[in-house]
Amino acid sequence: MEKLLTIKNLQIEGFSNEKWMPIVNGINLTLDRGEVLGLIGESGAGKSTIGLAAMGYTRQGCRIASGSIVFDGMELVGAPKELKRKIRGTRIAYVAQSAAASFNPAHRLIKQYAEAPIQHGLMSFAEAEKKAIDIYQRLLLPDPERIGYRYPHQVSGGQLQRAMVAMAMACQPDIIVFDEPTTALDVTTQIEVLAAIKHITEQFDMAAIYISHDLAVVAQLADRIMVLRYGNLVEEGDARELLDNPKEEYTRQLLSVRTFRKHSDQNDNDRNVILKVQNVSASYTGKEMVLEDINLKIRRGRTVALVGESGSGKSTLARVITGLLPPLQGKTIFDGKELPPALKSRDRESLRQMQMIYQMPDTAINPRHKVRKIIGRPLSFYFGMSGKEREDRIIDLLEKIELSEKYIDRYPAELSGGEKQRICIARALAANPNLIICDEVTSALDQLVAEEILKLLQRLQNDLGVSYLFITHDLATVKAISDEIVVMLQGKIVEQGEKQEILTPPHHEYTELLLSSVPEMDPDWLDNLLAERQAVQAT
Amino acid sequence: MDSLGTMVAKRVAFGLLTLIIISLLIFLGVELLPGDVAEAILGQSALPETVEAFRRELKLNLPPHIRYFTWLGDFFQGDFGTSLANGRPIADLIGWRFANTMFLATVAALIAVPVSIILGILAALYRNSLFDRIISMVTLSTISFPEFFVAYILIALLSVQLIIFPSISNINEQMSLLEKIHAIFLPCMTLTLVVVAHMMRQTRAAIINIMASPFIEMARLKGIKRMRIIVLHAFPNALSPVINVVAINLAYLVVGVVVVEVVFVYPGLGQLLVDSVSKRDIPVVQASGLIFASVYIGLNLLADVLSIISNPRLRNPR
Repeated sequence: MEKLLTIKNLQIEGFSNEKWMPIVNGINLTLDRGEVLGLIGESGAGKSTIGLAAMGYTRQGCRIASGSIVFDGMELVGAPKELKRKIRGTRIAYVAQSAAASFNPAHRLIKQYAEAPIQHGLMSFAEAEKKAIDIYQRLLLPDPERIGYRYPHQVSGGQLQRAMVAMAMACQPDIIVFDEPTTALDVTTQIEVLAAIKHITEQFDMAAIYISHDLAVVAQLADRIMVLRYGNLVEEGDARELLDNPKEEYTRQLLSVRTFRKHSDQNDNDRNVILKVQNVSASYTGKEMVLEDINLKIRRGRTVALVGESGSGKSTLARVITGLLPPLQGKTIFDGKELPPALKSRDRESLRQMQMIYQMPDTAINPRHKVRKIIGRPLSFYFGMSGKEREDRIIDLLEKIELSEKYIDRYPAELSGGEKQRICIARALAANPNLIICDEVTSALDQLVAEEILKLLQRLQNDLGVSYLFITHDLATVKAISDEIVVMLQGKIVEQGEKQEILTPPHHEYTELLLSSVPEMDPDWLDNLLAERQAVQAT
Repeated sequence: MDSLGTMVAKRVAFGLLTLIIISLLIFLGVELLPGDVAEAILGQSALPETVEAFRRELKLNLPPHIRYFTWLGDFFQGDFGTSLANGRPIADLIGWRFANTMFLATVAALIAVPVSIILGILAALYRNSLFDRIISMVTLSTISFPEFFVAYILIALLSVQLIIFPSISNINEQMSLLEKIHAIFLPCMTLTLVVVAHMMRQTRAAIINIMASPFIEMARLKGIKRMRIIVLHAFPNALSPVINVVAINLAYLVVGVVVVEVVFVYPGLGQLLVDSVSKRDIPVVQASGLIFASVYIGLNLLADVLSIISNPRLRNPR
């Protein structure tokens, strides 16, 4: 029988540095009706490019160089624009990574839902409206009759993502391309969306291409998985088989669970406390509290992980500690000394002792400065270094972050994401700090690169005895790196203690929810979890 | 974020503050002119007593800050003072001329704004095509020439070579609307040609900027036609910069019309301003200056408020 989608020897090129470079190298792919194919790989693996190519679409600056894409008997490569336009939205639909960016902020959800069916002449607005309500209901959106009349900014991230799944369903397509639909979401929200996607693809027996960098997520949905790297196929196989029995080393690396934290001895001596946050409450508006009565201690040479969903106040706490946001109440005690609440009244020495590393290395370093200047500035600023002395110290720091001397004359644009984050680490180290606040430092990086960064941070701690306050929403990272864990919810600390203590039951119910929401490599994990939660709710 | 009401109130307050500062500048500017106004008007041969009497009549004997506040207070009450040149109330001099200026500006705006927005949308739609380049080139050339040059070219073409439109745009109350429009056609064209490029380029740039957004890609992947994407998806989100540039150009149409009015001998406020400067009719100059400033600030204020309102996040709070 003919497959629904057959891609043969697909070659896609992108234009960069004045020439066409291959992005996708001779990929073959087939998709049956009702089948879910998982595409997995790091950024730059070409998975989104392949997903879009399945719709006969390439982004600006890309072109299909050769190969064939046959959808339901129609060749899409070189097909007239009008033919491709008619297929898109009706027979193949797309769900993007960020619903917040992919919905037009100027129109109501239902208008955007109904646009494709109306424009393709399939339904009237009234019909589309009725169907929308039905699908919103199936996707368990709250208040399905009215939610469509809201604007995108008026619903939450998880709801918006489900609304986008609904929008893709509008014309009952044969294939939906899901392009990292849960990557931007918190773990607890991710579950809602995953469940919705699983539910809807099964119910309508739809074919889907599910793109993700997270193997555990793909495992929940896909019948078959293709592992991609640098535009090449690494391995392909039945989902369960691939997980149980990976053939390639790269797949094994993706599967491997990260733990490399040696257990450090517990030292409850108060003299060893480097940072103490006492009864801190803070607010941006003066009315709504973002932080309420926060107490927290960080000891020398230890890593405290601060965990919580977006909006829980983690980054706000970092802003209070660094002085960017003076708290309404409470104090920050650093190395036994109370720090002035506002940044501008802190002296240079206390600024030096506390450094930050940010989530986005791209925006945290000046793209017009060379590495020498980026790392050299804190050296001149805090220690007045110059000339040879400074140069030697920069090279020394580069060595510490495992980059060679020749990086000193490079611009950030010439570095990869992981290398940029290393430069940010070196910049923080340049000040010889006692505490480094790491704000989601690995969440913008690919899994294997993130692992390298975590290892580096670990090694630096062992060598230099620096303490970390590690802000993250990723529990795998927490397990890998922390000594102590602090769990935050809606501006309050719900649980804190040694890692072992927090990670072994009984948990606080919110910690339990967070922990159980982290996808596992087991393909049945989502079904089991949902069944379990339903059972709990029933009792 | 502030609510819509507070944001609008803030803008209005800033607008008023700007207006006060401008009034102060206008007043001080005139104050700093060398020589005594009374002497300058009466001439060097005037007797000292006459000058003194005239000074008193002009209230020049009072300290500057008192004169400033009286002037400003009167202005806001609609009393612009009297002209020195002919002793008539300035309100009478300005009133109908201002109406004429507004008429010319409005007609020009009614043509220029839709034309430039449509051209901008088309240029974005056919980006980098021959059409896009020709439009850009033509509009940029018209903006690069000074207005009087464009005006004379139009006169040479359309009222000397082909005798279609009058080169002197005299209008009066007996004329019908159609006759009036016929009379002001050339100044109107001149103004349009001068402002279209700016608005059209901004519309094009704003739309092209929005076209890189993920929601545009989403619309394309829904199989929506390109024209609809631009008009329905890109344009509503490009409104804010477009509104701003339209307002600046509308303000220019009112304020910058001076040269064009002189070329076409159009009985507008600009013409009056130029005459008054040459006659040293200071109160008229001050009043006209402040009226121009008010229009300018008013239009910019309107643009600010409209672009705040055009943001769906502010219009529909959670």
